[in-house]
Amino acid sequence: MLIHNIFKPKRLSFWESLNAWVFVAPWILGFIFFTGGPILASLVISFTEWDIVNPPVWTGLGNYKLMLSDPLFFQSLKVTTIYALVAVPLQIVVGLFIAILLNTKIRLIGVYRTLFYLPAVLPIVSVAVMWRWILSRDWGLINWFLSVFGVYGPGWLSEPEWALPALILMSLWGVGSGMLIYLAGLQGIPSDLYEAAKVDGAGAWASFVYVTLPMISPVILFQLVVGLIAAFQVFAQPFIMTQGGPQNSTLFYLLHLFRNAFEFFRMGYASALSWVLFMYIAVLTLLIFRFSAAWVFYEGEIKDE
Amino acid sequence: MTPISAGTSLKVASAQKRPIDWAKVLAHIILIAGSIMFLMPFVYVVSTSLKTAGEVYSFPPEFIPDPVAWENYPDALTAMPFDRFFLNTIFLAVGRILGLTLSCSLAGFAFAKLRWKGRNTLFFVVLLTLMIPTEVTLIPRYILFTKLGWINSFAPLLVPGFFAENAFFVFLFRQFFMTMGQDLIDAARIDGCSFAGLFWRIIVPNAKPVFAVVAIYVIQNNWNSFLLPMIYLTDRAKYTLALGLRLFNEQYYSQTHLLMAASVFVVIPIVILFFFMQRYFIQGVVFTGSKG
Repeated sequence: MLIHNIFKPKRLSFWESLNAWVFVAPWILGFIFFTGGPILASLVISFTEWDIVNPPVWTGLGNYKLMLSDPLFFQSLKVTTIYALVAVPLQIVVGLFIAILLNTKIRLIGVYRTLFYLPAVLPIVSVAVMWRWILSRDWGLINWFLSVFGVYGPGWLSEPEWALPALILMSLWGVGSGMLIYLAGLQGIPSDLYEAAKVDGAGAWASFVYVTLPMISPVILFQLVVGLIAAFQVFAQPFIMTQGGPQNSTLFYLLHLFRNAFEFFRMGYASALSWVLFMYIAVLTLLIFRFSAAWVFYEGEIKDE
Repeated sequence: MTPISAGTSLKVASAQKRPIDWAKVLAHIILIAGSIMFLMPFVYVVSTSLKTAGEVYSFPPEFIPDPVAWENYPDALTAMPFDRFFLNTIFLAVGRILGLTLSCSLAGFAFAKLRWKGRNTLFFVVLLTLMIPTEVTLIPRYILFTKLGWINSFAPLLVPGFFAENAFFVFLFRQFFMTMGQDLIDAARIDGCSFAGLFWRIIVPNAKPVFAVVAIYVIQNNWNSFLLPMIYLTDRAKYTLALGLRLFNEQYYSQTHLLMAASVFVVIPIVILFFFMQRYFIQGVVFTGSKG
């Protein structure tokens, strides 16, 4: 990207620049009206009380103070954080595990890949409706499966301690897209690294730990960040399957925000919620990147140890 | 270091006659078990959708319905105007494909192939917007569209598409165009081709795969989209399939056989598209992971 500027074959042509600005104009306008502008607007709105119909009332930090005394805010933050901490690593482990199996140069790889990936492309509302039935206590597939082993399954979506685990379990059905990304990463690892490891006497486990994991670690980091952001955007599943219940055990952050904005029309408070979420995600992402230097390996990088 | 392609080593290995590779057998066993686990929920739902109301509630479940209640599909799909929901969804998908491919590819072209001041700065802004969670813009956009009187119309879902709303697509087009040879472009310029002509006649015809990837992405996102259509579309006649299914889920809560038929119906177009266009689905995902 920068190399172009260093060499500068000729002076920038006015005509070329003009064309370029015309071509990016839609994006610039879109950025101003639909992204940049709204971000600033939501910050301003977060300092007000506003139901859209009546004029907004400036309340300063009122909404942020209100948040500290809102038990549902803390509950939704807790639910979403637990989900992110459990579901995202599980998705990584399961996705990577399937990808490694598919990377063993076996037959029917295309068929397996299709089967594992398919659930990930299904529309989420359908998946939610389907899984409400699959998780049903008396007639569901999961509890039938458990009953084969003599286990009497719980009312997954009706018992507070089981509803969140049920949604985490369901999220594993969608690991297919992660699996594809790991598979692409695994196929990019030069095979002479494995051959060298073999010569050094490394078994399957050792070559996984010392070759596969370091080589795939940038992909894992990327999936960790993407998964985290996705976890904070979970909405349709609790909205359709549990309405945040039972006893707010699946009150995801976005569901709480949605209710404040579009059921109670507290636009100011909901905007404050969205900014706190924005900051929370930004801090978590920074922390992940900060500590990634310890475990993420980039090719061409030399480490002093 | 010279990377050896996977294909080479495979040929070498299979050229020698070898005994049964137990590692591969084990891999197959685990993969088959896993595939069954991944497929079962879908099989169970399809089987439920073909049962009569009485058959649904049996434990242990019967996987093969007897009799097969094909009538569940027409019954479910006529209980609500699903044809209308389907057309609305298609209309939105087409509109968004038009808007997003046009506006994002033009921006991607300017970022990849034209030399102008401010290019790097603006591209940095594009990358920054990739990190912004949608929640932050949700409320101001809703207020903006309310003030414009666009609530209960398709405009809030369509118009931003024409303004390169999706930064990831801009990035995707730019990366693809970067790989296209400069000589062809320079030759066209020397022949007096305008920049717009260059885009239409050289870039677009040579970049069909990336357009296909983006179009598939848009269709899939559009089928998936729930929160935004729900806040903008209030009139049932304007509902998308996702909204229609959610309404069906509320009104036919206890009629599981019809509910499953409706949810299978919503899923089927995407499944068909997936089987025919799998290559583009996979390309898109892999691109996201490896270069994003």
